[in-house]
Amino acid sequence: MAVPTLRCGFSGSRWTFALVDRGCRHRTVATFNWIRGQSSVAQQPLHTAQKPRKGAQEWAAVVGLEIHAQISSNSKLFSGAEVRFAAPPNSLVSFFDASLPGTLPVLNRRCVEAAVMTGLALNCHINQKSLFDRKHYFYADLPAGYQITQQRLPIAVNGNLAYSICVGKQQREITKTVRVKQIQLEQDSGKSLHDDLRSQTLVDLNRAGVGLLEVVLEPDLSCGEEAATVVRELQLILQALGTSQANMAEGQLRVDANVSVHHPGEPLGVRTEVKNLNSIRFLAKAIDYEIQRQISELENGGEILNETRSFDYKLGCTVPMRDKEGKQDYRFMPEPNLPPLLLYDSTSLPAGADPQQVIDIDRIRETLPELPSETRARLVQQYGMLPEHSFTLLNEVGLLEFFQNVIKETRAEPKKVVSWVLNTFLGYLKQQNLAVSESPVPPSALAELLDLLHTRAISSAAAKQVFEELWKSPGKPPAQIVSEKQLGLLQDREALEELCRATLDGHPQVVGAGRRGPRCCGHRRPVPSAVPSLPLPALYYRTQGSYNYFSCRRDSTPSEP
Amino acid sequence: MLGRTLREVSVALKRGQVTPTELCQKCLALIKKTKFLNAYITVSEEAALKQAEASEKRYKKGQSLGDLDGIPVAVKDNFSTTGIETTCASNMLKGYVPPYNATVVQKLLDQGALLMGKTNLDEFAMGSGSTDGVFGPVKNPWSYSKQYREKRKQKPRDENDSDWLITGGSSGGSAAAVSAFTCFAALGSDTGGSTRNPAAHCGLIGFKPSYGLVSRHGLIPLVNSMDVPGILTRCVDDTAIVLGVLAGHDPKDSTTVQGPVNSFLLPSLTDVSKLCIGIPKEYLVPELSPEVRSLWSKAADLFDSEGAKVKEVSLPHTCYSIVCYHVLCTSEVASNMARFDGLEYGHRCDIDISTEAMYATTRREGFNDVVRGRILSGNFFLLKENYEDYFIKAQKVRRLIANDFVNVFNSGVDVLLTPTTLREAVPYLEFIQEDNRTRSAQDDIFTQAVNMAGLPAVNIPVALSRQGLPIGLQFIGPAFCDQQLLTVAKWFEQQVQFPVIQLEELMDDCSSVLANEKLASVSLKQQ
Repeated sequence: MAVPTLRCGFSGSRWTFALVDRGCRHRTVATFNWIRGQSSVAQQPLHTAQKPRKGAQEWAAVVGLEIHAQISSNSKLFSGAEVRFAAPPNSLVSFFDASLPGTLPVLNRRCVEAAVMTGLALNCHINQKSLFDRKHYFYADLPAGYQITQQRLPIAVNGNLAYSICVGKQQREITKTVRVKQIQLEQDSGKSLHDDLRSQTLVDLNRAGVGLLEVVLEPDLSCGEEAATVVRELQLILQALGTSQANMAEGQLRVDANVSVHHPGEPLGVRTEVKNLNSIRFLAKAIDYEIQRQISELENGGEILNETRSFDYKLGCTVPMRDKEGKQDYRFMPEPNLPPLLLYDSTSLPAGADPQQVIDIDRIRETLPELPSETRARLVQQYGMLPEHSFTLLNEVGLLEFFQNVIKETRAEPKKVVSWVLNTFLGYLKQQNLAVSESPVPPSALAELLDLLHTRAISSAAAKQVFEELWKSPGKPPAQIVSEKQLGLLQDREALEELCRATLDGHPQVVGAGRRGPRCCGHRRPVPSAVPSLPLPALYYRTQGSYNYFSCRRDSTPSEP
Repeated sequence: MLGRTLREVSVALKRGQVTPTELCQKCLALIKKTKFLNAYITVSEEAALKQAEASEKRYKKGQSLGDLDGIPVAVKDNFSTTGIETTCASNMLKGYVPPYNATVVQKLLDQGALLMGKTNLDEFAMGSGSTDGVFGPVKNPWSYSKQYREKRKQKPRDENDSDWLITGGSSGGSAAAVSAFTCFAALGSDTGGSTRNPAAHCGLIGFKPSYGLVSRHGLIPLVNSMDVPGILTRCVDDTAIVLGVLAGHDPKDSTTVQGPVNSFLLPSLTDVSKLCIGIPKEYLVPELSPEVRSLWSKAADLFDSEGAKVKEVSLPHTCYSIVCYHVLCTSEVASNMARFDGLEYGHRCDIDISTEAMYATTRREGFNDVVRGRILSGNFFLLKENYEDYFIKAQKVRRLIANDFVNVFNSGVDVLLTPTTLREAVPYLEFIQEDNRTRSAQDDIFTQAVNMAGLPAVNIPVALSRQGLPIGLQFIGPAFCDQQLLTVAKWFEQQVQFPVIQLEELMDDCSSVLANEKLASVSLKQQ
């Protein structure tokens, strides 16, 4: 039989696409791994979707997800056309993508490798033989009248995905698992733009034929928060693998949710499919809304229809999708133009096989990068940070890299770096709604600042001030700011003593009062001797044989003599 | 010169006895002369002359590209050709000019072949008569041959042209084009016999290569899992030359086999005593005409008398082939035709009330009844509730049919010898008494199982019937033993000495075309 042909149209680089940064949209979803009780069901994520009223039966919600992730590849799944977001309409369309008669699909090796990689990362069994099928339906943005997918025998099956959520008032972290039913390779469709005014439909085929990974999860979830957490974790995994950019705002990650409710112990209820979920936040909202809707519907004696619903993010509710009302029969059929996709492992690899023509699962396994869960464990272990800090570092796009760059360049304690990155730095970003990549402060500047702090060249309070300056005037070295603003601590003991003496001499009355008996000056620092509380130009104390100086220049009046 | 074989004319070109431009002009003149045959849908005169000019320059510089340089060829109008309308004889694709060449077309052009035009067919290659295309039926050149006319005592064509014969199909245009000497080789396509059937009716070699040997990229599909480009020529050696150019892996067609392609140059067999020829008993059907049956038996005797082992073999699942084919073919047709929605290319109706209404009207206007009927059946078989009962079962039967062949070849048989068609070509008026489906089912009976199994098969014209019409027999070989098959076919061809079509009457006033030739008439066969 014919051997499947593989196209080698990929580059080694994972991030070859110069995309406009849309990090700010990520930000809206970034906190979801550590949601603090936002979800209506967050208190009881295990099985009950709603606290039962007295006398009423409990409800349990069952949520399954189908996630489409656009494969990050240079060319499409079956054609050589380029994959690029926001290109001029119909500028990335090969003859095959436009379904010109006589054109044939040629499988992109990069897409297969991405699927295998993702399958391995999700602990799937990789099928050494998988098949392609045609799924038929007529739609303007599906030029061939069918989508090539893997219905019968997908490339990966039976995996699982672990995720952590916080429960209870203590925000106790628990780890759960959702089963991965299968991962299949399939083609994306084009885009239809409906101009209702002129009753026209405009079709853009740039996206038609782009490789998708459809990840089908078993219905192991029970609320919007769990779903959101799982999707976020999957997003991080795909991004770590480089198999998908997984940016929901650009449609690289699309989620459909199947939702049903039932009484525990009874058969599952009729499910609805919720589509049009283009952010993780809306995903959680839509699922929770749909669960509540179904419960109220049933409690009011209504019934749930097996229908497709769309989430209206403006109204915050799900509504039936009109154009999906007719029952579809997709008339699946084997794709006759593609031989079975054969993969090999080290035991089945034929001797003398051309590495360009075969895909070795074991070799791909060896190249798997560190996965988010492993990264978090490493961060906790290596830097002694709290687990939730590791989550935050991973959830914010670019934050981990920023953190690691700071760590690399500074002598400051990791815990200090964590605190500065997660509190100060992230706080500034959030306040101004910026992505990490948009930060005016580069990692090197923060590292330098932390070094100054570490060597006690400046005080903690001054460091905050320097940071603010860094933020306002990007590019200025921290040391320069320190000297310009005279924020440095006095290192010369004699000069300091002289200053103290001058102060004491200049305020004989206060000194006299002090001598009469110690008085609390309100300062938390240890005070070596009775020192007047006002004015307080400098203090010093001694620990472990060296002097530690604190600047006591007040933040509000930095230029005061 | 036009009456020669491709190999002969290739030699003449190399020797400078004729120039590509002369050859091209003569063929173009003959195409015009034989326009009434309706063999061509599009004649690419201008492009062909340009190609001839370029070829001539190469010959002058002594830089000929090979055996095909300067050779006029024709291509069935279901192969995509850059800049040349490709219609599939359907309203749906009228005016459709592909932006790319099918791989096989490109390979011919790369070898310097001159593309004379695109040949007629049944709409989307669905038929066995070349009668069901939107451009009208193709007429069999043998209708106008001396051999046929003498037997029939026909009046001259101008007075009575109602009894012309069909070419068979669906590659009837390609068969007529080669048979009428308007080109030296033509591409057909073969899904259930579409190359071999018209070859049998037009007295030509019609070769269906092993599935996977020749690229389908650019061939507008009928049944992807059975389609192969076919080759029509006037002798087996010519087929081997063309096959040598076309065969091989195509990165654009994942179903083509990898690895180096052996040369297809055919040795001349002198001894067939080591051969084992299988005669499948299931092919002896009551509908088989006595004349074909007798020729088949004579052919077997010939092998036998030359020392070959001839044995009866069984292909027990043959009788299910037609029904099985019907399910698989229509299912793939339903799928393949889904792309014709009027949006990206091809016909689009004027209705714009809704997308659905536009689809429906476009497709009703674009497809003929045969195509629409097959789409309807195919979609029925693919429905979720029917899929197991029809499509899956048909696939299983297909496997059984393919295994039948494997078993026979494993039992020591080298080549199978069968009839190609039930009888010789029939007159058009008789042919259209039955509908397309009935005709296809009858006419594909000996050819179609081969497509299910992906095997190479070839029609070899054997003799003229009592009516003076060609009768062909089919040789079937094991998968990817194309060269071995053609070698046997070549030996057989030399034994039977099939007569050349005599088209003098047709060519009477064509003297200007042939005036300068040393050959007195196109009927002269060079041996």
